[in-house]
Amino acid sequence: MTAATDNHWYPVAMVSGIDAPRETWLLGKKITLGRDNGACWVRDAAGNPLTVTERFGHLWTSPGQPNRALFTIPEADTPGRRLVDVGSVRVKCSPLRAVENFLDIAHFPFVHTDILGAEPHTEVDRYDVRIAEDVDEVWATKVKFFQPQAAKSASGGITTEYMYRVPAPTCAVLYKTCPPRPGEWDIITLFVQPLTEEWCEVWPWMALYDDASTMAEMVSFQQLIFMQDRSILENQIPRKLPLDPGMEVPTQADMTSVAYRRWLKKIGYTYGAQLVAA
Amino acid sequence: MILYDYVLSASCYKIRLMAAVLGKPLSLRAVNFHPAREHKSAEMLALNPKGTLPVLQDDDLVLTDSADMLRYLTADRREWRSPQDDQWLAFASGLNDSLGLARLHDILGYEADIDAARASGVTALRELEAHLTDQRFDGVGFLTGATPTIADIACFPNTALAPDGGVVLDAYPSLRLWMRAIRSLPGFIEMPGIHRLHELAHPA
Repeated sequence: MTAATDNHWYPVAMVSGIDAPRETWLLGKKITLGRDNGACWVRDAAGNPLTVTERFGHLWTSPGQPNRALFTIPEADTPGRRLVDVGSVRVKCSPLRAVENFLDIAHFPFVHTDILGAEPHTEVDRYDVRIAEDVDEVWATKVKFFQPQAAKSASGGITTEYMYRVPAPTCAVLYKTCPPRPGEWDIITLFVQPLTEEWCEVWPWMALYDDASTMAEMVSFQQLIFMQDRSILENQIPRKLPLDPGMEVPTQADMTSVAYRRWLKKIGYTYGAQLVAA
Repeated sequence: MILYDYVLSASCYKIRLMAAVLGKPLSLRAVNFHPAREHKSAEMLALNPKGTLPVLQDDDLVLTDSADMLRYLTADRREWRSPQDDQWLAFASGLNDSLGLARLHDILGYEADIDAARASGVTALRELEAHLTDQRFDGVGFLTGATPTIADIACFPNTALAPDGGVVLDAYPSLRLWMRAIRSLPGFIEMPGIHRLHELAHPA
């Protein structure tokens, strides 16, 4: 494993879910985590403490020396939002595939039928994608899509606007039209813990404006959406995310995915990736 | 009727599906089973001391066993009942303890002897496949005859969700036809991991 992999932040637990110390995996190695006197800790297999930080409801760690502080989501701190700990789901897929799927819109009508999309509204209009060099992140903006039930708080079909952001190799942040508050963005994240190159634990987290739904309803909605993706993710081939152009032919709708793969290659992040053309 | 429900639970789906194909409305109350373990909260334990889901409440009546719920929902719909139902309801409970456990292990990280759970799941699937093949030879498509009963609804969810727990269904043609027949029922509803039939399957 290279420094390019080690020196990033990774989610390893929901802070509210840490009681007794427990073992988990990170980048193919066992780690232990727990909490003493309110402070969360993580140790590697040899018992050495790893650097930690608590943010967005989750415990983050890094096996190396993080080359920068954990990314921020300033909008999530605005008052009135409800912070939703969705829990985790384990998926036998490359952590990078989980992120890529989160960035894809074209599958909505077919996988999240009548919720995030519906036939015949299958076209993905042109949108903007760029690698923001100043912050070294992938951004997709002006993404628009017709959605029958965009959120738990939506009560009918709306054209939803999305912005996607990849602030770390295994994390993605989605800013999405907020049905009860036009003009504000709902924030939905996907934090992916790479257990191995082909197995991950996915921790979605949300910061929403929604005064009507119960916490259980918001959690259920997001788990339902993610579990609709799981069987697709577990059947994608090749198992690792190809970073070189090969047998796949991307379309206009795949621009975010193309930018994500290019960016991974640029920063040298290859854990869960395939470098030879498929 | 109120169903205390968890969206990813195969047993809760059993009840949602039964009510849907019967055309009986259910009022769903989402319970945060994962990650908040709300099914063990004081409120839920007061309703169901066993701390399990689903829970079906109809006025003063509270049911906590999914087989009882299927019987209750079909009490006035005898076409959904057969003398052989009980043996299949017991069989469905075995599917939950094997394939259902493997699924919870793989998805939510539940403790389990995963190899044993998958192996007994495969044994059960082979039994189901053999029975459904016999049924096909007799010219009928469901577990107890030509039309579905609570036996089919009880056995369907954990069977269809087997791949979630690492058990593939490719080797069971009769089972796959049976699952397709259930997915074709009027009123059928899906759950994550169980897709509806795509419209292309029935071109106009």
